[in-house]
Amino acid sequence: MGIAGEQRAWHEVVVEVLKANEIRLIPYVPDNVLRPLIGAIQADPFFTAFTTAREEEAVGIVAGGAMAGMRGMVLMQTSGFATLANVLASLPCAYQIPVLLLISERGTLGEFNLGQAAVWRTMRPVLEALAMEHHVITRLDECGFILDRTIRQALMTQQPAALILSPLLTGGKASPVRVGG
Amino acid sequence: MADNTHRMNRFDLTQRLVARLRNEEAVIGGIGHTNFDLWSAGHRPQNFYMLGSMGLAVPIALGVALAQPRRRVFALEGDGSLLMQLGCLATVATLKPRNLTILVMDNGTYQITGGQPTPAAGGADYVAIARGCGIADAVWAKDEADFERLADRCLAAEGPQLIGLKLDDAKPPSQTERDPAQIRDRFMRGLGVKISKLPG
Repeated sequence: MGIAGEQRAWHEVVVEVLKANEIRLIPYVPDNVLRPLIGAIQADPFFTAFTTAREEEAVGIVAGGAMAGMRGMVLMQTSGFATLANVLASLPCAYQIPVLLLISERGTLGEFNLGQAAVWRTMRPVLEALAMEHHVITRLDECGFILDRTIRQALMTQQPAALILSPLLTGGKASPVRVGG
Repeated sequence: MADNTHRMNRFDLTQRLVARLRNEEAVIGGIGHTNFDLWSAGHRPQNFYMLGSMGLAVPIALGVALAQPRRRVFALEGDGSLLMQLGCLATVATLKPRNLTILVMDNGTYQITGGQPTPAAGGADYVAIARGCGIADAVWAKDEADFERLADRCLAAEGPQLIGLKLDDAKPPSQTERDPAQIRDRFMRGLGVKISKLPG
């Protein structure tokens, strides 16, 4: 099926789409759900992947890379996105730079940490207030299409974009304890 | 003790740097007076003026350096800005971009908002912090002549390097034209990334 990739895991589809669109520069702040994707990207010499101390720093690196001809994407979780409103507004939005964000969604559909659940409520309002293109990926059969089209649109229109990986796609992070336990 | 008691002028130092650039080196000016002085020194197609995103001059420069490893890249960052994103020094030390030089413009204050002292007033030493992060080639410039010598060495040697510059309290002679999309467009043309038939 090529890019749709129904038979493969979500992270394999992501790697294929990133390669097809020449997205090589991948700074990230780690997340448990993203581990298989991070592992695949770190193991593949196609990518320049490394950790940063903060998500803001990674946005700056991808913005610089994009202006200098190396396309990139920042990997993070929901709480990391919540640190970004100022730099997104004043760098990729204001300068029209196609900075791509891939966000592992914490805080919903079985979240066990109230802090994560509380910060999750800020993510969509911030994306909407910034007027940033964003899509939630919930189904494996739609994963390749949404990723590929959103990345291509961001590159062609010189705009940032965010892709949210729902627990419906990834399974999310299971609670380490039983309710009431 | 660091030999950094002589106070220098940011606009003068920026002019001295720009005068030494012969190979279309990229220069990223951080928020506020740092990029105002880069602008005041005379626009170059390889200049990027950061108008928001305080603290991201070094990360932006790192992205440019990774994308174009044959081009020398300078980050001009203020002390207050660097304090906002100190972790980026550890990232630079880990990735070791050979073409990246960081200039820390240290006047000890938030000059653009009225000269309030930064939280480093207790004695934080940015060169020592950089070395502690793993950037071994980090030094304070003793005076203007020493800065010129260090800048020449950075243009010829392998990075990453960091030069600390203790500044007086003089303000920039002019302000950058605040047009982000135009700044980005010109910068991309200056780096050879964007080719356009639209006059640039």
